[in-house]
Amino acid sequence: MSTTFDKVAEIIAETCDIPRENIKPESHAINDLEIDSLDFLDIAFAIDKAFGIKLPLEQWTQEVNDGKATTDQYFVLKNLSDRIDELIAAKGA
Amino acid sequence: MRLEYFQMLDRIVDVDVGARLIRTACTIPKANESPVFEGHFPGYPLMPGVLLIECMAQTTGWLASALVNFDQMPILAGVKEGKMRSAVFPGDALEFEGKVIHEGSGFTVGEIKGLRDGKTVCNAQITYRMVAYPNPQFRQAIRDWAERLQFPFKEPVK
Repeated sequence: MSTTFDKVAEIIAETCDIPRENIKPESHAINDLEIDSLDFLDIAFAIDKAFGIKLPLEQWTQEVNDGKATTDQYFVLKNLSDRIDELIAAKGA
Repeated sequence: MRLEYFQMLDRIVDVDVGARLIRTACTIPKANESPVFEGHFPGYPLMPGVLLIECMAQTTGWLASALVNFDQMPILAGVKEGKMRSAVFPGDALEFEGKVIHEGSGFTVGEIKGLRDGKTVCNAQITYRMVAYPNPQFRQAIRDWAERLQFPFKEPVK
């Protein structure tokens, strides 16, 4: 059974043409994989569709800009996968 | 429509901010009214597909502007699934129907199609980066442009 991270990694590999083996749970989407905000938007759309959720990108961006969160919380892939799992759980609650 | 000035649309027919919908209209200039057709193509004037993309981009661009009350300007950042389904010729009357499917995190994304006599001639998904106006005068100029296109301002934009 594939994990949330596996699905996210597949989406990133396909969307950004990054070799799957280079995408690790500890990879930072921006700092390590050099994904820019435009490509991340496509990734977010694909994640929304794959998991039936809506990533709150606006809220995350605001929190980072306001210094209330670090980019690690949302863009390190294992953390992003945790956020996705939380959104899935919230949807089912 | 004045192609050489990138004035692609003749008027904004309707904007529904709540439903995130917009409709615009334009008529392609006659062949002898625009130098574009001297080159595209000599003896066979044809509306360039890239300019149809610009028509679509301006349509949902106006809606993107409306959704932020003209506080930011949409800059073309991406075109996906751009399809030119039918040749468009000088004198053709077109309508464009667009909707915004995403707002936030610095981007707005629209889906848009152009129609001639109710039949789709082009469509695309267009992404805009939302940026600050370079100065208040430019913002006012854009707002004035919207007024000339009969943008249905429901209330004064400050």
